[in-house]
Amino acid sequence: MSKIRSGISRRRLIVTGASSLALGMACPAVLRAQTSTLKVGVILPLSGVLSFPGIATRRGTEIAVKMFNEQGIKLDVSFADTESKPENGRVIAEKLIRDGASVIIGAWDSGATISAAQACEAAHVPLVVNVGSAPQITEQGFTQLFRNFPPSSTIVAKGVALFKQLPRGNGFDPKTAVVLHVNDTFGEATGAAVKAVWDRIGLGIEIVDTISYDLRARDLSVEVGKAKATGADLVCPITRVNDAILIVREMVKQDYNPMAIYGPSSPGPYEKAFTDALGKYSNDYLTSVPWYDPSRDITRQVLARWAKEMPGQRFELNSGFGWESIQVVADAFRRAGSSSPADLHAALKTTDIAEHPMDGGPIAFDDHGQNVNIGIPLLQNQNQEPVVIAPAAGAQGKPKLPMTPWSQRG
Amino acid sequence: MVELYLNVVVNGLLIGAVYALIAVGLTIIFGVMRVVNFAHGEMVVVGMYIGYVLWRYFGLPPAASVPIAMVVMFGAGYLFQRLIGNDFVDQPQHVQFVLYIGLALVITGLNAIIFGPDPRGIDSAASFATYRIGPVRIDASRLHAAVAALALIAVLWSWLRLSLTGKAMQAAAENIIGGQVIGLRLSHIFALTSGIGMACAGTAGALIAPLYDATPYLASEFTLTAFIVVIVGGLASLPGALLGGLLIGVSEALAAVLISPSAKSLLSYALLVVVLLVRPAGLLAPNKSSR
Repeated sequence: MSKIRSGISRRRLIVTGASSLALGMACPAVLRAQTSTLKVGVILPLSGVLSFPGIATRRGTEIAVKMFNEQGIKLDVSFADTESKPENGRVIAEKLIRDGASVIIGAWDSGATISAAQACEAAHVPLVVNVGSAPQITEQGFTQLFRNFPPSSTIVAKGVALFKQLPRGNGFDPKTAVVLHVNDTFGEATGAAVKAVWDRIGLGIEIVDTISYDLRARDLSVEVGKAKATGADLVCPITRVNDAILIVREMVKQDYNPMAIYGPSSPGPYEKAFTDALGKYSNDYLTSVPWYDPSRDITRQVLARWAKEMPGQRFELNSGFGWESIQVVADAFRRAGSSSPADLHAALKTTDIAEHPMDGGPIAFDDHGQNVNIGIPLLQNQNQEPVVIAPAAGAQGKPKLPMTPWSQRG
Repeated sequence: MVELYLNVVVNGLLIGAVYALIAVGLTIIFGVMRVVNFAHGEMVVVGMYIGYVLWRYFGLPPAASVPIAMVVMFGAGYLFQRLIGNDFVDQPQHVQFVLYIGLALVITGLNAIIFGPDPRGIDSAASFATYRIGPVRIDASRLHAAVAALALIAVLWSWLRLSLTGKAMQAAAENIIGGQVIGLRLSHIFALTSGIGMACAGTAGALIAPLYDATPYLASEFTLTAFIVVIVGGLASLPGALLGGLLIGVSEALAAVLISPSAKSLLSYALLVVVLLVRPAGLLAPNKSSR
């Protein structure tokens, strides 16, 4: 049986097979370098518990692709769904790379981002992080990773520093706080960041309890009951949108009226789903998150396009960083003049984009692949819209504190 | 602290009653047809969306949507069984699994297409209302849902015991061949069973619509909870489903206070393991049938 029936030797078969395999693996790289269109893989949670912000990010991404394509920067974008499961990040990134993607964008969730980064690192394909705040994303030595989103430690530090500057008096002088946080990678990392930053900033507010809860929790009555039992003056939820709604609804039901609700690095309260679901009860909620700068020309252009293409939807953090992720990739593609991952990687390392929609300085990446120039304003929901209340330079409104008791909201 | 524990136990009992209604639907389908409905949580979510749509687009209060959800889901369950389900009753279990898992995926996909991923909640006055009895603050929506769930379980239990059709369903559950021998129209009985099971799930969904925002991906949680309740209480036992529901509701709530809110399911699973070890058939399992 040393010969196959057709007469081809086993050795020849192996050599031919190996050659074909090598050619097959090499070809996409050659084709990628020669094409005038950049193939981009975007990983997002488009179904499952994180699908709401995932789809918001996709909307911003899609609008950016259209706008850059109109400028002659041809991007062929494929979206892939993690189903809100962090472990899917790696498999999906591998598939997108196999399908010819020269650069990956993703993955909204910190856990999925770290998972996808492993695949990108192995394949030497750049990964541009759109949203993902766990500090460890840029602390694990990934060489292919570029994060245009601040780590939670930075968001918390900058946010709490702004919170500290809020004027005290007129019934607003919190002495105690309770932290509620979701128990996934993002929530645990942010909860730890809050603990670390709180005393360092010298806020003068004691954290009396930290309560973690499951990401998929349908009911947070017990968690809010425990928070109420502490009698804390300040409630600090670290949430996404669904749990933020549940927490406020329970606070209304249990008539828990702290002096303020402040989410340090807490996505959710600024989203339309939150203000729509809670109406008047969504007001007065404070949060520190990266936000867009409405004073820039490019922001006005993006907002105008958004209003035209996404009527009834709110442009916010997720859609903003979705938009910028494409801007970063398009800029690198334009400067590299090539769709080779290595050329794109080199171009990404020298990114310097001054005109972009989100608040902060130029988009540029440090040695860890982190953009350190992102601004963190303090937002407060007023009249069911998120409003920048600090820093004073970019403020759209004044802080309203203490928050109005639930029973007195007309 | 006493206030906290009292509130937790009372609210745990109330949500446990709703769990029981969800589990009753699952247990009745399994009891009569020996089919495990993996799409049961999806029926709950459909019920939630019915409640949401009737409130949002027709201005109906949450209470009014409950009987409508019941009728719609009964009809859907009946038709599904007549058109598709009956062909699978005699099939091997793995074939049945594929059918019901496929059904679950289709329903979730449709919900996602129609309603999108955004949470859809009922923002009525009742969503924020509470009753105060001494130190205990009872969530109004939860109390209404629990009372309605208990009433429905009682009515269903009585109907199964007292009515001729209910007795026919019990006969089919006890001995399917015997049922055929005495002339039961099994295709109709199975369709009724499926209708009742799905009506229980849909009604429970409409009852909790003011409590929880509906999203297409909530279903697996409800399916899992229903399975735990049914296994703890005893397969094919209505009183077992009620007891299981109350036990799981209270254990979830107590675990959240005593251990950690993120370990809410810990006591439920511990209870499940203990029951499986000590009384594998469940706490109130009926006598073994001859089928």
